[in-house]
Amino acid sequence: MKLSDVPQSASLEASGNLLSGAEIVCHAMKAEGVEFVFGYPGGAVLVIYDEIHKQNHFKHILVRHEQAAVHAADAYARATGRPGVALVTSGPGVTNAVTGIATAYMDSIPMVIITGQVPTYAIGQDAFQECDTVGITRPCVKHNFLVKDVGELAETIKKAFFIAKTGRPGPVVVDIPKDVSMARAPFLYPGTVEMRSYRPTNKGHSGQIKKAMQMLLSADRPMIYVGGGAILGNASAEVTALVRMLGYPCTNTLMGLGAYPSTDKQFVGMLGMHGTVEANMAMQNCDVLIAIGARFDDRVIGNPTHFNAGNPTRKIIHIDIDPSSISKRVKVDVPIVGNIKDVLDDLIGQLQSAEQKPGNIAAWWKQIEEWRAKDCLKFKQSETIIKPQYVVQKLWEVTKGEAYVTSDVGQHQMWAAQYYGFDKPRRWINSGGLGTMGVGLPYAMGCKFAFPDADVACITGEGSIQMNIQELSTCKQYGLPIKVILLNNRYLGMVRQWQEFFHGNRHAESYMEALPDFVKLAEAYGHVGMKIEKPGDVEGALRDAFAMKDRLVFLDFQTDQTENVFPMVPGGKGISEMILAEDL
Amino acid sequence: MRHILSLLLENEAGALSRVAGLFSARGYNIESLTVAPTEDATLSRMTIVTTGSDDVIEQITKQVNKLVDVVKIVDLNEGKHVERELMLVKLRAVGKDRDELKRTADIFRARVIDLTEKTYVIELTGTGDKLDAFLEAIDRALVLEAVRTGACGLGRGEWIVKA
Repeated sequence: MKLSDVPQSASLEASGNLLSGAEIVCHAMKAEGVEFVFGYPGGAVLVIYDEIHKQNHFKHILVRHEQAAVHAADAYARATGRPGVALVTSGPGVTNAVTGIATAYMDSIPMVIITGQVPTYAIGQDAFQECDTVGITRPCVKHNFLVKDVGELAETIKKAFFIAKTGRPGPVVVDIPKDVSMARAPFLYPGTVEMRSYRPTNKGHSGQIKKAMQMLLSADRPMIYVGGGAILGNASAEVTALVRMLGYPCTNTLMGLGAYPSTDKQFVGMLGMHGTVEANMAMQNCDVLIAIGARFDDRVIGNPTHFNAGNPTRKIIHIDIDPSSISKRVKVDVPIVGNIKDVLDDLIGQLQSAEQKPGNIAAWWKQIEEWRAKDCLKFKQSETIIKPQYVVQKLWEVTKGEAYVTSDVGQHQMWAAQYYGFDKPRRWINSGGLGTMGVGLPYAMGCKFAFPDADVACITGEGSIQMNIQELSTCKQYGLPIKVILLNNRYLGMVRQWQEFFHGNRHAESYMEALPDFVKLAEAYGHVGMKIEKPGDVEGALRDAFAMKDRLVFLDFQTDQTENVFPMVPGGKGISEMILAEDL
Repeated sequence: MRHILSLLLENEAGALSRVAGLFSARGYNIESLTVAPTEDATLSRMTIVTTGSDDVIEQITKQVNKLVDVVKIVDLNEGKHVERELMLVKLRAVGKDRDELKRTADIFRARVIDLTEKTYVIELTGTGDKLDAFLEAIDRALVLEAVRTGACGLGRGEWIVKA
């Protein structure tokens, strides 16, 4: 590996001096422009905490559980596009962080997680709070390092940030033994880093892009399918330009919501297990499909055999920065490996200079409009019971569609995705890949630190919220005026829904007995609690809550216990095999 | 189908477990795996013999290539290649078996590299098929223990796998 030894500003003030490993960590954070480090102290990181205490270049946020530190840093990265940073101690600090790391890994979120380790001489001795951090995290990180020599620490942190944010992003763990934090070395922070074993491809192959263009222009029933990669690659503007230029229908995945504005006419809704009829039917029946930063996963296309067999002549173009995402579940005709922004720029350029113009696809639009006329997301708000969809709709109205919306995992997550119209990227923060219950509140914290003046709402369920409820204390400490929108149906709703459909309606352990009084709980943590039981009170409560600019408000909406998420593609079925609300 | 994959990876702690872990995590087969540093001490050369359909082999190649420590991966089945495996086998060698075993070893161009009054250790190099054939040619009851390295291979002629 070659490093150009360009000392950055951080090293200048320390030039000539030897710095401790702990000081090097702090200086490296400064050099990387880190604003926040989310963490929790412990024995193996005490030296690092001591240095953090002495500096004022970044702010340390003390959470109440290491899992929440990683989730909050993850949300900061999702909302800003800059790497999130978390700091935890050895042993249980690391094992608590693993859920957060795996969550970030599944959604390709750029993060650097610094973990303390027992001193090098104690490694392998079953020391107090020792665990094999590099071994435990290996399957759920993009890369990890154990730093055994303080002389390699600065360069390793530089590599960690470089790996985390380039190519297909992901979390990188840097494990630092306590004696390495204490040992001293000169601080030289490399300006750039080059690794022979890691050179992501950015530029797409222009011949392939040309093929894609010709295929798109000759389509009769085209479909544009956009995933989270478009958001990670900051390519929303290019996606929007391409879709408008072609006049073709566009769908976003759960992770792609906001990449193309959902209030636009060409948007046919989210696709997948709980996607709209028009999105799923268009996906299944199109003749040319272009996938942009999406990966044809099981929750999106359902059964791949059905997807292919139902339409064997469909041509597929796939743009992705990760070659291993291409032709993994579905065979692709025109693969394009590269940075989405660059590839789309090239594609748009080629389209502009092409003589051929997009064909007339009026018949295809007519078909799509017929599917759309089914109005599959329609629901009826009753006079007496609050429908969860209604709460999300009102939240959208009250926040004018501008809020950062985080969610946990389950029915409420799907309703949030279906009924909050995301028009901008990086506003919808949720765990799509790993499906981690408990992310919602720490995700909201990460968003609020990143954008203190923006409205931040956490749409959650009474199951999920209790998985990281201790973070209400962190919110109090830092005065985070998050609005918690609890859709409380007294059930693990998605579990209950599957039990109703596929397990003879036997509610095995899906009823949440002995729920706390959430109003009192919020108040005990020093926040405002509200319980809303009547449909007529929903909008007023939301307006009151968002008017309290400096308070966290916990809104406990008592919603319909029997409501289900529709449409629904049962597991293992094809995406055109949907169950609709009207079918039942 | 059987494929022989040749990898260059950074000679760093944990690089082997990254590759091995990927195979187990994604449910790929490993028939054999051999690894050691070579002429460039900063690199390890690994040879993996695996089986799978073309689609699976393509995914294995892409996934392995994504590992940050992997500098290069080549599927040697994409071209002409040579491959060899080493076996050491300890045999019970007493009485008339001693001569018979020595004759068989000579036919296979194997060498006796250790002997006692009652045992031989025989070294044999070749393709996996050849090693199998040797074991079949001798009386299995005489085999006390055996160890095989797994295959390693190189492309023929000017086909060179370099960092």
